[in-house]
Amino acid sequence: MVERRPVLNFLAYAVLSFGVLLVALPVYVTFVASTQTFEQIVAVPMSLVPGTELVANYMAALTSGSEQASSAPVGRMMVVSLVMALTIAFGKIVISLLSAFAIVYFRFPGRMFVFWMIFITLMLPVEVRILPTYEVMADLGLINTYAGLTIPLIASATATFLFRQFFMTIPDELAEAARMDGASPMRFFLDVVIPLSRTNLAALFVILFIYGWNQYLWPLLITTDQSMYTVVIGIRSMIAGGDAATLWNIVMATAMLAMLPPALVVILMQRWFVKGLVETEK
Amino acid sequence: MEKRVVFRSRWLPYVLVAPQVAITVVFFFWPAGQTLYQSLLLQDPFGMSVQFVGLENFGLLFRDGSYLASFKVTLVFSVLVAGIGLSLSLLLAVMADHIVRGALVFRTLLIWPYAVAPAVAGVLWVFLFSPSIGILPFWLGKIGITWNHLLDGGQAMTLVVIASVWKQVSYNFLFFVAGLQSIPKSLIEAAAIDGAGPMRRFWSIVFPLLSPTTFFLLVVNIVFVFLDTFGIIDAATQGGPGQATTVLVYKLYQDGFKGLDLGGSAAQSVILMAIVIAFTVVQFRYIERKVQY
Repeated sequence: MVERRPVLNFLAYAVLSFGVLLVALPVYVTFVASTQTFEQIVAVPMSLVPGTELVANYMAALTSGSEQASSAPVGRMMVVSLVMALTIAFGKIVISLLSAFAIVYFRFPGRMFVFWMIFITLMLPVEVRILPTYEVMADLGLINTYAGLTIPLIASATATFLFRQFFMTIPDELAEAARMDGASPMRFFLDVVIPLSRTNLAALFVILFIYGWNQYLWPLLITTDQSMYTVVIGIRSMIAGGDAATLWNIVMATAMLAMLPPALVVILMQRWFVKGLVETEK
Repeated sequence: MEKRVVFRSRWLPYVLVAPQVAITVVFFFWPAGQTLYQSLLLQDPFGMSVQFVGLENFGLLFRDGSYLASFKVTLVFSVLVAGIGLSLSLLLAVMADHIVRGALVFRTLLIWPYAVAPAVAGVLWVFLFSPSIGILPFWLGKIGITWNHLLDGGQAMTLVVIASVWKQVSYNFLFFVAGLQSIPKSLIEAAAIDGAGPMRRFWSIVFPLLSPTTFFLLVVNIVFVFLDTFGIIDAATQGGPGQATTVLVYKLYQDGFKGLDLGGSAAQSVILMAIVIAFTVVQFRYIERKVQY
């Protein structure tokens, strides 16, 4: 701050508080709805004071889902989402670490070709190649499997670039020392490169976990069986019948459950989240 | 930039890049090639007959009123989301940069919508705006506005714009805050000593120095609208009423998976691919420039 301006200070706090309220409004109403009975919600206007059905609604959602939409239990969906998000995050990190290490620490014929090949995938997001990718998965018999949910999303140009940039900053002396001591490349990779990459790994993990958890279009296509629905897809299927046929209290409890894991990751790992977000986009 | 010290092995580097190359070829290049090839074919939904038609699918698309309409919807949607989203988050970021106490608390309270899936954001807002039970239409009714986004195309667009802006604000906010922090304090102090007030300092110093961040966010937001709003639209309006909120990706999905028009949807994919490639190139040219400074 360069000067004292009480009015400006007041304005700043007022605008920020208003922004926080606007951002929180939909989630607050969702939370309130998830603690009321169906009848309380459809009584216009619904009360904005939390009701008493919190435990009942969440238990109903987790164990049996929305009965009117005959959906799978949300507990099952959470497991599918978690497996999917973790597989995508770890898969992307491992694959990108290995290829970035090869590109930075080896000279081999075809190196630049591989580099450009990975680079081009940046321009082919899943949305623009859905139909043929779906056909490939159907031919391989991977519809309704975890492999089908995750593998097409696992190649990542951004993660590879991030690691490549980072490996470039590791002092040459370390590799030299390792070579002189007779360490194999993989020993150097495991004992020097990985420990040095720790903060990058954490930052990337946060971003990729959220990316995997929030996937929508691809799981929508690749899963036809209720038992393989992710929680994001599950919510969508619960409201498909229109206002009258939607058990809003259960849907809102499910929405809270769907938001909880990624929101916790963002808030608890805020430092790495900010770092990851700013660096993956560079 | 190259490493001076490298390891030697004939086979190890190939083993290391093999997983990524395999996935890239099978799930990126093969489908992308298929898309290009299919966009030149005319085939019936059951694959009984296939005919090579050259660029006919593209010609059909550009004569198809509903495709051109979805182009227009996408453009309007991106202008609104980028315009409103960037202004709001810039305002919040400038305010957060100004205050001293509680800055971290406000940051925490503003960034978590990033974690909400677009489809879930769509569900939250469609519940708030539900014409029969939603709380916002009830309040709007009090001041004489009848809300029904199931019938009114403009209101449907308003709904998906609000949900998208809400989802994007945290992302824009974080980048603006980072951009503001990188502006040298000495410049602003010098201007203050010369007698420039807060508004003058913002428009003459802060805003121009922030333009790389703003431009970057503009591209990111447009790409977000082109690709990631699929979840919001599918959950909130399903492209309706009529075609009022059918963006290009949603049209592609409808024609390909619901309408089984393989050649036409492949042609749409190719056009979308071209647009995404153009944006990526623009983004990278911008980054090259940033590195020089």
